[in-house]
Amino acid sequence: MNNDEKIILAHGSGGKLTRDLISASLLKKFSNPVLAELDDSARVEVGSNRICFTTDSYVVKPLFFPGSDIGKLAVYGTVNDLAVMGADPLYISCALIIEEGLERSVLERVVDSMADACQVAGVSLVTGDTKVVESGSADQLFINTSGVGVLPEGKEFGIDKITAGDRVIISGTIGDHAIAVLAARQDLGLKLSELESDCAPLNRLIKTVIHRFDGIKFMRDPTRGGLATVLCEIAETAGVSVQVRDEMIPVRREVSGICEILGFDPLYLANEGKVVMVVDDAIADELCDALREEDLGEDAAVIGEISGENPGEVVLRTAVGGSRLITMLAGDQLPRIC
Amino acid sequence: MKHVDEYRRKEVVAELAREITAKIDRPVTLMEVCGTHTMAIHRHGIPDLLPGRLRLLSGPGCPVCVTATVFIDAAIGLSRKYGVTVATFGDLVRVPGTWRSLERRKAEGADVVTVYSPLDAVSLAERRLDRQVVFLGVGFETTAPTVALSVREAKRKGVRNFSVLVGNKLVPPALRALLQDEEVNVDGFICPGHVSTVIGARAYEPIVDEFGVPCVVAGFEPVDVLAAVLWLVEMVVENAPRVRNAYTRVVTDDGNPAALECMYEVFDVEDSAWRGLGRIPASGLKMKEAYGKFDAQRRFDIEMEDVPDESGCRCGDVLRGVIEPTECPLFDEGCTPQRPVGPCMVSSEGTCSAFYKYRRK
Amino acid sequence: MCLAVPMKVVKREGDKGVAELEGVTREVALHFVDAQVGDYILVHAGFAIQKVDEESALETLELFRSMMEEGLLEAGDAS
Repeated sequence: MNNDEKIILAHGSGGKLTRDLISASLLKKFSNPVLAELDDSARVEVGSNRICFTTDSYVVKPLFFPGSDIGKLAVYGTVNDLAVMGADPLYISCALIIEEGLERSVLERVVDSMADACQVAGVSLVTGDTKVVESGSADQLFINTSGVGVLPEGKEFGIDKITAGDRVIISGTIGDHAIAVLAARQDLGLKLSELESDCAPLNRLIKTVIHRFDGIKFMRDPTRGGLATVLCEIAETAGVSVQVRDEMIPVRREVSGICEILGFDPLYLANEGKVVMVVDDAIADELCDALREEDLGEDAAVIGEISGENPGEVVLRTAVGGSRLITMLAGDQLPRIC
Repeated sequence: MKHVDEYRRKEVVAELAREITAKIDRPVTLMEVCGTHTMAIHRHGIPDLLPGRLRLLSGPGCPVCVTATVFIDAAIGLSRKYGVTVATFGDLVRVPGTWRSLERRKAEGADVVTVYSPLDAVSLAERRLDRQVVFLGVGFETTAPTVALSVREAKRKGVRNFSVLVGNKLVPPALRALLQDEEVNVDGFICPGHVSTVIGARAYEPIVDEFGVPCVVAGFEPVDVLAAVLWLVEMVVENAPRVRNAYTRVVTDDGNPAALECMYEVFDVEDSAWRGLGRIPASGLKMKEAYGKFDAQRRFDIEMEDVPDESGCRCGDVLRGVIEPTECPLFDEGCTPQRPVGPCMVSSEGTCSAFYKYRRK
Repeated sequence: MCLAVPMKVVKREGDKGVAELEGVTREVALHFVDAQVGDYILVHAGFAIQKVDEESALETLELFRSMMEEGLLEAGDAS
């Protein structure tokens, strides 16, 4: 990618272009072993403490959508980035970039939602920053949150722990968040009856299972880029192949409906309250059952397995007995007629 | 999903695959001419289920793929004009013109908006009287009536800041051109189910009469596709070509007269340049005089002169089924979904893109 | 150029209506079809392009069902 080019929206969609941007423009300049891991959070040591540290920015439009809003998203998103590392989220920061002209009441609503979310997740917002920019320079409101959490003793998770024979679990239905946001945007004229964003803090769910089970190798939350992107990242980084079965992947009917209408593939849609886990074969079924006992895991399913053949490949077995490769998308999906 | 799930049943699919394998007694090459068929076939992993002697080609069925470069360039030109909003189906956004795509133009600040329906573009024009909204009319006979009706509505409502850059094309002339092409070797056509809801199953009879090639109108679920393949194989083996309709739940012999009427009320037929196939007589649509005010080509004085493509792109050969995507020297070497050279790679249902995504082994 | 889905008409007002699929609803243009509330239509780009013929659908499904039966019979014979 040459430096004369412009950044396009697709660079932010979490797929291949995002990764290329990060590796070409960012990784090289900031090279250090912690960053190179490119995990959901950075694992650092401060004195004798093993800490996770993460940051994320939230630019969702519209600000409010079924089941959630930018504030809740900003808190839970960061909490989840810590939780999937196995860390116990403790403190978050919040930086607001507010567009001149934003209604005060809108800001209050967002902040109330954030405060609520902190309570639910059990984290404290301990520091922050507020900036106001000229009208047109930010789309109403941008929020950045950073967070720190503590890694438990004696538990190691990492993409390098994944081996052939492991199985893949998703904690629930995919695509809910992306579709809830899409439907709220009005311009496509699609109305939902029940569907809401799945935006939720995963720390308690994850804590329950990591303390109960040994054999959880790796976890990641399938946010932008969706489940497919996480599976591709696993295949590529761990040097394994992943096989999943279409019929096992839980999808809500409204998500299926909208995907059929617009020509979207739910595998690439963002989720904000789900976790992908790669676990030892021996515990997979029991762990999945344990997830299903919890509110946030009621639709959990074992969707596939890891193998050593054809490393880097992700194969989906279709419901009619065929198969196809799953690859990373270049950008966001667009509604199509063909 | 009603009228969908029933056609995804694994046992029925398996049975159809078994019968195809049992029936086929020679190498058979079938071609589908619908981007949505290309996608559906790959999405469900259908190639895995077919016998080795059956070759399934993707023809020029992706309206985006066959849209001449000059059309994209014209759209890009429009996006540079002050006060113009280009409204388009998502399919066109990433297609490269001679230098750029609409996506890149958007990054440069152009007002490019994706719509699901051409009527949404009309509504946009009504809401934003300060903009000139130009809708990019692409698609075959499934879409052309919807574009036509949108123009008719715009006229009825007196929406003066709305126009269409017409690039819609017709399928049967392309089938004819393919069969007249010596390099193309096709034993049967899987005919596009939704185009056929508009034009009717009978529209393919002249093809069968002239060329003796069987045609089956097919739906898009796995059962639909395999049923069509089975019937085509049967007709090839029995040397009994005719038109058969495997999608009777939405396709009739004569199609949808109301849709056709609207289409021909607003559009005239003209010769049209198809990427890769060259100029095909009577294969494209253009705005009728009566609706001239809504013709973006007229309103903005746009010339669409064909330019020769020198990129080494072999989309044309891929579209004609003459080569597989992997035989194009640019496939995965300089032409990828992230950096596409030709539309076959860009369009999510373009042959090369489908190959790259689903079968790159 | 063929992405179209079967949806059920839940409201009709002149040439416009509302159709539903899996709990999702959208306004649709009904100019090209003679469809009433309760009918299934094929929707493309916000337009109904044809009515789904329930009878034909049932015939098609019946065809597959009997083919399955024969197929199972043959498979049974072969073994």
